[in-house]
Amino acid sequence: MAVLTEEQTLIKDQASAWVIDKAPVSSFRALRDLNPGKAFLPATWQQMVDMGWSGILVPEQYGGSDLGYLTCGLILEQLGRQLTASPLFSSSLVGASALMLAGNTAQHEALLPGIVDGSAIVSLALDESSRHQPEHTALQAEQTDDGYNLNGKKTFVAEGMAATHYVLAARTSGKPGDAQGISLFLVPADTDGIERIALPTIDSRDYATLCFTNVHVNSTALLGSPGDSMSVLEDILDRARIGIAAEMLGTACQAFDMTLDYLKTRQQFGAVIGSFQALGHRAAAMYSLMEQSRSCVEAALQAVDASADNVPELASLAKCQVGKFLFEMSNELIQIHGGIGMTDDFDAGLYLKRARVLESSFGNRAYHRNRYATLMGF
Amino acid sequence: MAGDFESSVRDWVAANLPEALAGARIDMYGVVSGDQAVKDAFDLWRQRLAAQGWGAPTWPREYGGADLTDAQAKVVSRAIAKAGSMNPIPYLAGMGVTMVGPTLLEYGTEVQKARHLPGMASGAVRWCLGLSEPNAGSDLASLNTRAELDGEEWLLNGQKTWTSGADKSQWCGALVRTDRTVAKRNGISFLMLEMDQPGIDTRPISLIAGESPFCETFFTNAKARKDDLLGELNDGWSVIKRLLQHERQSQTNAPATSTTAEPLQDAAKRYLGTNADGTLTDSDLRSRLADHLMDTAAHELTIARIMTDARGGNVEVSATASILKNSATDVAQGHSELMLEIMGNQGLGWEAGEYSEEEARTVRQWLGGKAMSIYGGSYEVQKNIISKNILGLPETTQKG
Repeated sequence: MAVLTEEQTLIKDQASAWVIDKAPVSSFRALRDLNPGKAFLPATWQQMVDMGWSGILVPEQYGGSDLGYLTCGLILEQLGRQLTASPLFSSSLVGASALMLAGNTAQHEALLPGIVDGSAIVSLALDESSRHQPEHTALQAEQTDDGYNLNGKKTFVAEGMAATHYVLAARTSGKPGDAQGISLFLVPADTDGIERIALPTIDSRDYATLCFTNVHVNSTALLGSPGDSMSVLEDILDRARIGIAAEMLGTACQAFDMTLDYLKTRQQFGAVIGSFQALGHRAAAMYSLMEQSRSCVEAALQAVDASADNVPELASLAKCQVGKFLFEMSNELIQIHGGIGMTDDFDAGLYLKRARVLESSFGNRAYHRNRYATLMGF
Repeated sequence: MAGDFESSVRDWVAANLPEALAGARIDMYGVVSGDQAVKDAFDLWRQRLAAQGWGAPTWPREYGGADLTDAQAKVVSRAIAKAGSMNPIPYLAGMGVTMVGPTLLEYGTEVQKARHLPGMASGAVRWCLGLSEPNAGSDLASLNTRAELDGEEWLLNGQKTWTSGADKSQWCGALVRTDRTVAKRNGISFLMLEMDQPGIDTRPISLIAGESPFCETFFTNAKARKDDLLGELNDGWSVIKRLLQHERQSQTNAPATSTTAEPLQDAAKRYLGTNADGTLTDSDLRSRLADHLMDTAAHELTIARIMTDARGGNVEVSATASILKNSATDVAQGHSELMLEIMGNQGLGWEAGEYSEEEARTVRQWLGGKAMSIYGGSYEVQKNIISKNILGLPETTQKG
């Protein structure tokens, strides 16, 4: 662990106890089985709001506590451990970051208090294809006398069905692939012309495809200045990548703990299977990946809080390293548990399915390896 | 006062460092390369340092030292380094100044100290250490070389290996078995003996990276004086434990390896070239290079995290640190393999000439680096340590 302040330690311990008590993986399983298509349990979300988690990144003047990304990451890690479903990442981290980095005072006043009290769920709508390619944004924003007409499609939008607002990346000029010409809009989800279609993803969370057909928005919907929002979008995305890396770390750490526990209890051939060197060495390799992933995630969270210059490098590093750990660990979770790991009654499958969705979110390892190389100048 | 000492040291170095030594290269044995004038200047420099007691500056004057504190000794070595030279005596003395000497100061008799220490402190006598044996590596206490008392002499028989500098040394400190009837650690003694005698044969060990300082050393009725037993009879294990502490101490003080090496990505661009958009022409190598650089960053961030945690009094430090030996090995060996691949056919040269000095050196480093996953607890031993001591998995069974 990074050296935490007293307050951070308190919040981390509180989050750890709360998820196990109030939002364990069994409650996610119940949500999946009893309320298909439901993003999260409103009562659970309300408890998180009541504990102040939804306002951790928001300035105090809007009702938040402004405790920073490391603190937020500590909570996301605990949620990741139990696969707790909530809009905390999508709205309280990504949505709030987008508003704070790109929005004006009027937009702050209009929505940040809602993010804090849980009444607003603000989600980023970015991807348009099966790949994360921010500069390939094609959704058309055509200027009119009093605003813009939006036409096109967004997909893989997290909390897409539950969101009250979208932060939308659209193209006001140029062609897909150009960094120039990308603009951000803040659009209410119930705006005329937006059709939302739920995606039945393997992790049973709320993802949606959004179709925009002649959606008219006023100029006041612009988040930042038109046409040159690529760099602020990258800043928002880096915070999202680092935040989701914290959640992924928690998911992978829990998979590690489950596997280690099984290695110590499962008996075969007259011995505990953890006494077999082939398995002990694999556990050691996973432990090493876990420690190195934690180093990267914590360094990245701290870099955001310190407004360091190397946030982009650390974002790709963290997403990539923890991505490797989660990929390997989710596979080992199934393999080492053997047949029981293949059954739906056991939780391993829930972790594996969630792992692949997280890997694909905000750029997979191939994306970030390429980006890291570019950032390092080769 | 400290400032006075520092300036007096600086003045002495300025007045006594021979000009002919400027820019001379001194190797790991403390041997200078150059013409006779350089060699003469070098010997003069050694004698002047020895006369000052600065070959082993913290030792008592009566044994060739200068009675300096550790801090003062650092001032001396810094002043010499600043003047662009080095103190060759610790290198000329082999294992003498750094390991055998400090142990002698603690365990030796007056006669032994007076007999052996001045030769070390002046750099006149080079020492080696006979510790490891073919069947006693990590498990040193299993050693088999035996010594039996024959009148006023010990007779030694057996084989040592990895004896660094044995073929160049005048004296040897050897760990030998003097009692076979007791538990293995309780029957070991530490003897000092001359290397130039009929009973000793040394054979240099060539490594895959070429020449090495290591030798095999054979004892066939080799002789040691009865009073050259260091410490009590059969208490050699205490002596060696202390001596190995001095070894670790000297390694900790060793200068860090060069950090000025060209970054891999720069070397890759130089050898392979880039596309119009600045990316490496070999896209496969490019992604593996990015992977390696990220693994390296993760390793370095883990070291930084452990250091921060240690300051915060975190008890989980040693658990995290247990992964570092293997991750350091992965990073170093991965670096060498990538560098070799980057150099392509230019990374296959054994000697400089048709290949550049740098290319040949890189190849030797790649070969030498294979030792990293073997020494100090092999890669596999490290994984055993993690799985048992850190993760609490049970002792290995043979099944499965």
